Amino acid sequence: MATQEARHARGQDRRHQPRGWDDGRRSNSGQAGDEGLSRALGWFSIGLGLAELTAPNAVARLIGIPEDDSNRRMLRAFGMRELANGVGILAQPRESGWMWARVGGDLMDLAFLGNNLRSHESQPNRIAAAAAAVAGVTALDVLCGQRMAQDGDSQSHGANRLWSRHIDVRQTVAINRSPEEIYTFWRDFRNLPRFMSHLERVDVQDDRRSHWVAKAPAGRTVEWDAEVTEDQPNQRLCWRSLEGADVDNSGEVRFERAPGDRGTILRVDMRYTPPGGIVGAIGAKLFGEEPQMQVRDDLRRLKQVLETGEVTVAEGSMALTHPAQAWPSHTQPALTQPAHTQTANSGR
Amino acid sequence: MKANCWHGKKDMRVENVPDPKILNAHDCIVRITSTAICGSDLHLYNGFNPAMQPGDIVGHEFMGEVVEVGKGVQKLKVGDRVTVPFPISCGSCLSCQRNLFSVCENSNPNAAMAEELWGHSPAGLFGYSHLLGGYPGGQAEYARVPYADVGPLKIPSELDDEQVLFLTDILPTGYMAAEQCDIQRGDTVAVWGCGPVGQFAILSAFLLGAERVIGIDRFEYRLRMAREKCKAETLNYAENDVHHALMEMTGGRGPDAVIDASGMESHGLGLAGAYDRAKQAMMLESDRAVALRQAIMAVRNGGVVSVPGVYAGFVDKFPMGSVMNRSLTIKTGQTHVQRYHHHLLERIQKGEIDPTFIITHRLRLEDAPMGYQVFNDKQDECMKVVLKP
Repeated sequence: MATQEARHARGQDRRHQPRGWDDGRRSNSGQAGDEGLSRALGWFSIGLGLAELTAPNAVARLIGIPEDDSNRRMLRAFGMRELANGVGILAQPRESGWMWARVGGDLMDLAFLGNNLRSHESQPNRIAAAAAAVAGVTALDVLCGQRMAQDGDSQSHGANRLWSRHIDVRQTVAINRSPEEIYTFWRDFRNLPRFMSHLERVDVQDDRRSHWVAKAPAGRTVEWDAEVTEDQPNQRLCWRSLEGADVDNSGEVRFERAPGDRGTILRVDMRYTPPGGIVGAIGAKLFGEEPQMQVRDDLRRLKQVLETGEVTVAEGSMALTHPAQAWPSHTQPALTQPAHTQTANSGR
Repeated sequence: MKANCWHGKKDMRVENVPDPKILNAHDCIVRITSTAICGSDLHLYNGFNPAMQPGDIVGHEFMGEVVEVGKGVQKLKVGDRVTVPFPISCGSCLSCQRNLFSVCENSNPNAAMAEELWGHSPAGLFGYSHLLGGYPGGQAEYARVPYADVGPLKIPSELDDEQVLFLTDILPTGYMAAEQCDIQRGDTVAVWGCGPVGQFAILSAFLLGAERVIGIDRFEYRLRMAREKCKAETLNYAENDVHHALMEMTGGRGPDAVIDASGMESHGLGLAGAYDRAKQAMMLESDRAVALRQAIMAVRNGGVVSVPGVYAGFVDKFPMGSVMNRSLTIKTGQTHVQRYHHHLLERIQKGEIDPTFIITHRLRLEDAPMGYQVFNDKQDECMKVVLKP
C-alpha cells in the first residue's frame, strides 16, 4: 500500500506541471543485455517454428514421440505459434508481452510432452531430455520477461504491462457540458453505475465514504468501501478503497474547462489490483476485457448520458451494452423510468 | 414484420423479423410508407463492407407515419408524417451544434470499431453495417428512430411520398455536393456519375448559380436524363478521353469545381481500371478511385473537389502532388441531412424542385432483392427503385 501511495503521489505531482503528450509514457533508456537475450530467444522461436512446420516427423523422432497424424498436426500448430512469437519478439523487442507468450508456449510444450509419455510408442528417455531442454528455455524466458517488465514498468506508466500486480488506466473524454455540471453528476456516486458497465451500485454512506458493488467474472460480485481523499469542487476528485477491499483501487478524476469554452476535458487516472495478485492481473489482461477499452467505453457512455440524457443503443449492438439503460430513480426527473411509451395503432 | 435483410454478397432476402421496440426515451417508431434503394446500398450488396452481418436489415432512405413515441419525445406525436434523415444525430454534442450532423459524437454505439479504422467515429447510420452502429434499416415495415426530436422532418399532407422521400438522403446529398463547390456566377462544374446523386448535384449546381454543368457517365440513358431533365452537357467516358474533352470544353482551364458522385466502386477503363480492380481483388486497396483521380487532375488551378461519393478505406495512387501544387480544396462528408432538409422541403413546396423524375421502378417491399439486382446491373434503364412496404 505504501508503494502504491508513493507512486500515486508521484503521479499527482507530475500532473500539476504542464506536460508533453507522452510524459511518463516512454523514455529512451533500455538495457542492451536484455535486448540481446530477447533477440536470441526470438530467433530461437523462428528456428524451432520452421523446423516444426516443415519437418514435423524429424522433430517427433528427435523428441521421442510417435510420428502419427495428431502429433504432426500439433507440431505444425506449435510451429505457427513459434513463428508468430518470434516475429513478435523481433519486431517489438521491448514488449515483455511476447516473452510471456513464449513462457505460455513453453508450458504448452511441457504439457504436450507429458501427455505423450503415456503412449506406448514413445521413447521416455528422449522425451525427458526434450522436457529438460524446454524447462531450461522456460527459465531463460521467465528471466528475460521479468527484466523487461521491470524495465518497462520503470519507463512507462505501466498501462499495458503484462507483468504487474496493478492495472493502470488513463483515459480522457471531451464533454459538451460545464465542469460544474459534470462534477456535480460524478460527485453523486450513485450516478456512476449509469455509465460504468461493471458497477452494480454505489451506496453513499456520508460525504466521504461510500460502498461499491461491482460485477466480477462468473456471475460473482466484488465489494469495497471507498473514501474520497481529495475533493476540489469542479476541478478534481480523488478516491481510494479502504482496508478489506475485494479489489484495491484508487484514482483521480480531473475536470478541466476546454479551451474556447467548448465544454470540459475530463481525465481519469485509475489503478486497481485485481484479486489473485499477479496471476489475477495477468488473467484480467489476457482473458478479460481490455481495461483501457473498458474505461474508454464507460467515458463514452458518460458523455452520452450528460449530453443526450440517454445511453446510445442500437439493436445490432445490444449485446455490447449494459444495464446503464435503466435509470436510477433519483436522477433525471424527465427520464426516470425505462422508456415508457404512449402507444397508438396497437394493431400493427 | 417484413424486412429486407443482407445475407452476403448479392444475397438479399425479405424475411419476417421481430417488430422494432422503443429502447430509449427519445425514440420513436415509424410505420414505413415508402423506402428506396440507394447507390450506396449497392456497396453493401456487392460485399464491400466487412462489418455487415447476415440478417442485418438494410435501407436508409425511408419515410412514414409515427406510430409510437418514447416518453422523452417532445416535438413529434403519434400520427405525424415524417421523412427520416439517414444519419442518426443526437442534436446536443459539439458536432451537432455546429450543424455537422453526420459526424455526431454520440450516435454510434460501436464507435470504438470506427475509431480503429478512421481515427474517430462519425454518426451512426440506419442500415449501414455494424461499423456505423448496427442500426436496423428502413427497407422494412417499421423502424425504430433514435433522437426522434432531432432527425425526422414533418411533412405536410398535401405532398406525396414520392415528392419528399429523397429528402432523407440523395437530394440533400446532391445539394451539399454542389454547395461545397462554392459556386460563383458563371462557373463551370463537372460531375462524375449521373446516378440519382449526380442528377441532383447537377440540378443543385444550376440552382446555386453555375452557368455550365457537365455530366460524365458511360450509360447513355443516364446521360440522356442529365441532358433532358437537368439541362447538363454530357460526356460519355467510354467514348471520350474525359480529360482531353473537358480541356477542350473549357479552353484548357478546367472546370471551376468537380464533383465525384460515384465513389469507391467507380469503373475505370483500360490499364488504370484493371490496375485498381486487381488491387481491390487482392485486398491491397479497399477503394477504387478512378473518378476521383480523374476529377482532381481535371479541375482548374485553385478549384474545389467535392466528394459526395462514398469511400470506406484506403485509396491507392492518390494524386496529392496535384492537390498541393495547384492549390486545390477537397470537401467531402456524409451528408448533414438535417442542415438542408427544411430548406429543400420549402423549395419542393414552391415547385422549384421536383425530385420525382429520377424514379424508374416502383416495387413492393417483397421484391427488394429483384430491385437490387436490376439497379446494380443497370438493367431496364434503372435509375431509382422505390419500395412500398
